Amino acid sequence: MSSIITSLPLTSLIQQLRSGELRSVEVTTTYLDAIADRDAALGAFVHVDREDALQQAADADARRSAGQANGLLAGVPVAIKDVLCVTGQPATCASRMLKGFVPPYDATAITKLKQAGAVLVGRTNMDEFAMGSSGENSAFGPTRNPWDPERIPGGSSSGSAVAVAARLAPLALGSDTGGSIRQPASLCGIVGLKPTYGRVSRYGLIAYASSLDQIGPFATDVVGAAILLEAISGHDPRDSTSVNLPVPAHSQSVDQPLAGLRIGVPVEHFAEGLDAEVERTVREALAVYKSLGAELKEIHLPHTKYAVATYYLIATSEASSNLARYDGVHYGHRAEEFGGSLISMYEASRGEGFGDEVKRRIMLGVFALSAGYADKYYTKALQVRRLIRGDFDAAFQEVDVIAGPVTPTAAFKLGEKTSDPLSMYLSDIYTISANLAGIPGISIPCGFTSTGLPIGLQLQAAPFEEERLLRVARMFERETEWHLRQPASTL
Amino acid sequence: MSYDVIIGLEVHVQLQTQTKIFCGCSTAFNPDHPNVQTCPVCLGLPGALPVLNRHGFQLAVKTALGLNCQIASFTKWDRKQYFYPDLPKGYQISQFDLPFSHDGHVDVETTSESGDKSIRRVRILRAHMEEDAGKNMHDESGRGRDSKVDLNRAGTPLVEIVTQPDLRSAEEARRFLEELKLLLTYLGVSDCNMQEGSLRCDANVNLHIHQPDGSRVATPIVEVKNLNSFRFTEQAILFEVQRQWDEFQRTGIKLGDKGGHKATRGYNPDRGETYILREKEEAADYRYFPDPDLVPVLVTETQLAAIRSEMCEPPAPRRERFHADYQLTPYDAAVIIDQGRLFADYFEAVAKTCGDGKQAANWITQDVLRETKQRDQSIAEFAIRPEVLGTLLGQINQKRITIKSAREVFGDLLTEFDETAAIPAASRIDEIVTTKGLAIVEDTGAIDAAITAVLGRNAKAVADFKEGNQKAIGALIGQVMREVKGADPQTVREKIIAAMQ
Repeated sequence: MSSIITSLPLTSLIQQLRSGELRSVEVTTTYLDAIADRDAALGAFVHVDREDALQQAADADARRSAGQANGLLAGVPVAIKDVLCVTGQPATCASRMLKGFVPPYDATAITKLKQAGAVLVGRTNMDEFAMGSSGENSAFGPTRNPWDPERIPGGSSSGSAVAVAARLAPLALGSDTGGSIRQPASLCGIVGLKPTYGRVSRYGLIAYASSLDQIGPFATDVVGAAILLEAISGHDPRDSTSVNLPVPAHSQSVDQPLAGLRIGVPVEHFAEGLDAEVERTVREALAVYKSLGAELKEIHLPHTKYAVATYYLIATSEASSNLARYDGVHYGHRAEEFGGSLISMYEASRGEGFGDEVKRRIMLGVFALSAGYADKYYTKALQVRRLIRGDFDAAFQEVDVIAGPVTPTAAFKLGEKTSDPLSMYLSDIYTISANLAGIPGISIPCGFTSTGLPIGLQLQAAPFEEERLLRVARMFERETEWHLRQPASTL
Repeated sequence: MSYDVIIGLEVHVQLQTQTKIFCGCSTAFNPDHPNVQTCPVCLGLPGALPVLNRHGFQLAVKTALGLNCQIASFTKWDRKQYFYPDLPKGYQISQFDLPFSHDGHVDVETTSESGDKSIRRVRILRAHMEEDAGKNMHDESGRGRDSKVDLNRAGTPLVEIVTQPDLRSAEEARRFLEELKLLLTYLGVSDCNMQEGSLRCDANVNLHIHQPDGSRVATPIVEVKNLNSFRFTEQAILFEVQRQWDEFQRTGIKLGDKGGHKATRGYNPDRGETYILREKEEAADYRYFPDPDLVPVLVTETQLAAIRSEMCEPPAPRRERFHADYQLTPYDAAVIIDQGRLFADYFEAVAKTCGDGKQAANWITQDVLRETKQRDQSIAEFAIRPEVLGTLLGQINQKRITIKSAREVFGDLLTEFDETAAIPAASRIDEIVTTKGLAIVEDTGAIDAAITAVLGRNAKAVADFKEGNQKAIGALIGQVMREVKGADPQTVREKIIAAMQ
């Protein structure tokens, strides 16, 4: 029974909740039971309040019974990355630094989810403060890939991707700063979308790199991602960088295919370092589009080679500032023992609270912003960022979307890259540019390796072209069945 | 050897907004209830984001326009990063390389030792906006208890005004601050309440010492921080001038020498001394960078014109205009302007109603100022409204009543207010004048008749007068005046003399 409910496509789940065929309490119980049964082996969740989730579900059922207006996601469980603030629920960013911190307010995306009637089913594991590409940098321990528990699920939204891939939640929210939604979605065989910068309010998203962070959806299929995106999008006066544009009804438009589609294939995304099996699979996906009448055009994104360096200067500079507030004074971790001076309290608290990768990035960022170095590093990176954005602007003059791989390889083994940060950073090489340019990107399942690991196809569009992006993604999904495969443990 | 004193000021002014610069919390001064005027944004909670208070920005622009600054058409927000418990985000949102305004000036009238007055133009390098920090409160019991942090003030909008080193004495520095306070309170951008920390000052001081060969040598620059009264600013600078002179005599250390770097000092008003806070071997590295949570602000000419149109006339040009329009002496103009905008408005209303600026200035700088001070009232609370006083003074000008009678009416109006608490209307003037028979009688027939009668009854006095006893005339005038109330004494005097001759 449980796998019948958890294997339902989101549209069917919504429809059955709407018709009364299923009650939210029943659905939520099923997912809570699945979490209780199977998550110990996966580590996708860091906090689940069963009673609270069931209460939300009962409330959704009661609203439906009373014939009250019901939102887009009425009664649907959604897992939340531990980086989003929800009133009364702990928010730790998987860091010792924020142990015990309970926000007194809701992120705007959470407010919108609540208005849509969603049931917040639990908080998901992640790389500490969203810094990482494997899910291994968590104070709660690593998350495991449901397709192979010896392998990483990707990161930083590791828990959200695994929750959806392992059918522990039908939907999840993640955040994407350099690929943190698309990369784990790809490695876990599900759909993950990073919206245009400014499409979804960042209010209540605990910042890693403010000019790059965006909240986005995980789902098992494109339609699910479209519905969740529609629910959380929109202008927010609390976020000065949120853009005042109408929210398209993705749930209505996603099934409409596009005629005369021009797809750009960036040469730079099929270069050295790309695994042969991944390349072959992605090219086969492109052939599917060709068979649907799309035109494939080779394009150039000439500044791609600078993207990783640019990203690691801008993101770490902003992070060094954003994480300065975790000083042990007002909330979060404070060292028990310190020398007694203010400075030693800061040093001891931050030294104990942050993990290695976070410290590494703070140090890099502090260095990049220091007097005498800021011009050489931070300011230079901003200039290159404009060039990268220019590459995309030029490309979108010629094509409607850009397609290519999400990651250079399928999921690697736990511990394989933890001692080599640079090779870890390169796993985001194809996703980082979208954050630097502020454009939307989506990862959809497009095949498997010979060892049965998922491979994703990345599609990117011009700013605020999420509607086009989703329709193009859905065109592929209708022709293929990769998104229907589930890890054996979930069946 | 002689020296020049070189002073530049950095002044922090809290803007008079209802809410904070980046959130909706109240800016009310509330030290007795710490941390109640806070929200996720000004507490710096994870995930919270700032949104600019547009009204606060407009007040800042108004401030800069009052300082004769250029307003940048593009400005942005930067993070100034340092760790301190009263700074909950670990950075202050401020403005670094593109402040919203720059290059202005304030003219200050100064008096030299010989008493000569002159104008010192103090150039403003820049004025930028930033958020205030909270307040740390340390245990003063000596028992080493934990310090506490109050974040009510965190996020209050500030304008930091940085002058060029154009001030040449402690007195000039105080005069500059007084003029600045007058300007800002005039413009209504700040209450400049120094007790509540609405205006705080840092002074950069050093000496340029004249050498026998004609060259000059600079002493190390000292920044005296957190001066919270005009008097302390003046005292701290005076102390610092003497200290630097003594130090130079003793050591000969110049700015830039080893041991001659810029230093930061505090001021202890109880001891009247400055004391070392820290010596800057290197400037602190605040790692400024543009705040990615905020968008740049564009200021158009249309917006500037709208702000200008809302601005009242600043005190300096108003002083000039009072001199030109109402023929006031510079002294009277200054006395009136320095009482504040509402007081000057009161003067202008009276002057316009009565048509005589000098008369209005006399009454206002004497009678009105005396009465408001005695009653501990602001001009807004004063019972005699400007149109009433203007009407009263107008009657003097029109020779309908005498100055003496006007004073009597003025006193009666105040007495009536004290008894009834009702603001008197202008119509009460005529009523009092009529009741008391204070109107100047221009009916010369009545005066002539009274004089004939009085002279007829006082043959002795007339004879005395004719013999040259001028005193006798006083008694005669008094008798005529008693018969013809409101007669102009001057007229009566002239007529009596004419009649006797």
